[in-house]
Amino acid sequence: MAEVPEHLLKRAQEARERAEAQQGGGGGAAPESSEAASSDPAGEGDAGGPKIPDHLLDRSKSARDQAAAGSGAQAAAAVATAPMPAGPAQPEPTGPGGGTQRLLTVVKSGSIQDVKATPTDKVHVWPHLLVVEFVAALIFTAFTLIFSIFVNAPLLELANFNETPNPSKAPWYFLGLQELLTMFHPMVAGVTIPGIALFLLILAPYVDRNPNKKPEDRKFAISLMTIHLMFWAILVLIGSFFRGPGFNFVFPWEVGLFFDL
Amino acid sequence: MAKQPKPPASERAKQAASQMMSDMQGSQAWSSIFRPGSIFRKGYSDSPRNRSYVIMNSVLYHLHPVKVKRHAVKVSYTLCLGGLSFFLFILLTVTGIFLMFFYRPTAAQAWDDIYTLQTSVAFGLLVRNMHRWAAHLMVITVFLHMARVFYHGAYKPPREFNWVIGVILLTLTLLLSFTGYLLPWDQLALWAVTVGTNMMGFTPVFGDQVRFVLLGSVEIGTDTLLRWYVLHVLMLPFVIVIFMAIHFWRVRKDGGISGPL
Repeated sequence: MAEVPEHLLKRAQEARERAEAQQGGGGGAAPESSEAASSDPAGEGDAGGPKIPDHLLDRSKSARDQAAAGSGAQAAAAVATAPMPAGPAQPEPTGPGGGTQRLLTVVKSGSIQDVKATPTDKVHVWPHLLVVEFVAALIFTAFTLIFSIFVNAPLLELANFNETPNPSKAPWYFLGLQELLTMFHPMVAGVTIPGIALFLLILAPYVDRNPNKKPEDRKFAISLMTIHLMFWAILVLIGSFFRGPGFNFVFPWEVGLFFDL
Repeated sequence: MAKQPKPPASERAKQAASQMMSDMQGSQAWSSIFRPGSIFRKGYSDSPRNRSYVIMNSVLYHLHPVKVKRHAVKVSYTLCLGGLSFFLFILLTVTGIFLMFFYRPTAAQAWDDIYTLQTSVAFGLLVRNMHRWAAHLMVITVFLHMARVFYHGAYKPPREFNWVIGVILLTLTLLLSFTGYLLPWDQLALWAVTVGTNMMGFTPVFGDQVRFVLLGSVEIGTDTLLRWYVLHVLMLPFVIVIFMAIHFWRVRKDGGISGPL
């Protein structure tokens, strides 16, 4: 994919404006060319403005004059020694301005280059993004550290196969599945439903053919996902806080909490 | 010849310190460590060129481009969730390595090791707490990151495949957390894992085989502990790092984070 850097596009745009301004002002020689060159210390390509410096133009002009004079003298000498049929030693001036070149066509850059990149507003990762990331990481470290100072991770008694705690609960993120276990056959609750959920999640970008990203244009997808997420969230909440001994439904404010992280 | 008055001692100390700093930064060793553009290099100045070099000439260039879209650094868009998930993974790796020094994955020693770690190792309790809370936090941030990406429609072309990788990363995160859950070998761990693995035993056709592979025997025991330990500290981190690398790489290859809504 052709990607034109933003600064080049910007420079080309400036050059185009300059050229237009020049044309409007009657077409000066090339007052900005030296400035354009000096404003480009990195030596990257300069897209705009007449690029040939004045002194080079002068030199080539004088060289052309010399050559014309020289060939004229040679022709004169030839005529003097041996008269020859006067051939077209010099090409006839054919251009509209009497020059030897003609403008055949103008090929606009868009017709031969497919420029897909549109200029976007960009910022340097350093410092703009890295500072944000660093601060976010610091906040999370501080939070984890302070939380860990005040709240200890649980360590219950040594594992004992002969003593099943009542209730036995899975880790909180699997409590939604354990909750399903109260309603369905274990194969459906433990394998089929989570399997299908995971599979649909993976397929989401291939099933959802709607190219729009604005929330108002994708109400169906958003509703479906919200229902899906809420489904698990509510199951996990019930499994975590509203299940007591025997995994029976209880209210935590009546019988207490049966939940370890 | 008038003798120059000696500057006060504090002034001289300051001069000596800055001279030493300058010498150190000018040394070959220093400039071999910090590449051109590093903010620690001698004569670093805040210029667009150096801002680019900070990224381009450092290992960060594998993670971040030199520039990003302006909206991509808005905290209100990403909420830093993906980056924070990655950061929590690093935090978990660091604290986890610390824990590994004091832990032996056998049924006879695991619980005692954790208990000793908490009672007689400097910062042992604190680091274990951090490891546990950061793990729960990572499950939450990964989950929220997925929700954020969905609601922004950021899984749409060309980012479909990166969404798939993201779902795999979510699954791996859950597995990492779940395998770690058994390691303290207390009542909570044993019975939570019993519930979880019983459910997986209901996989159609291969149920018993799946369960046997997971437990390393027909019942949870010291074989299971070793198996889950290796999964937790070596295999799953290895796999998740590979998928994370692909995930981050695809973020950049797919054109940076998704555009503003």
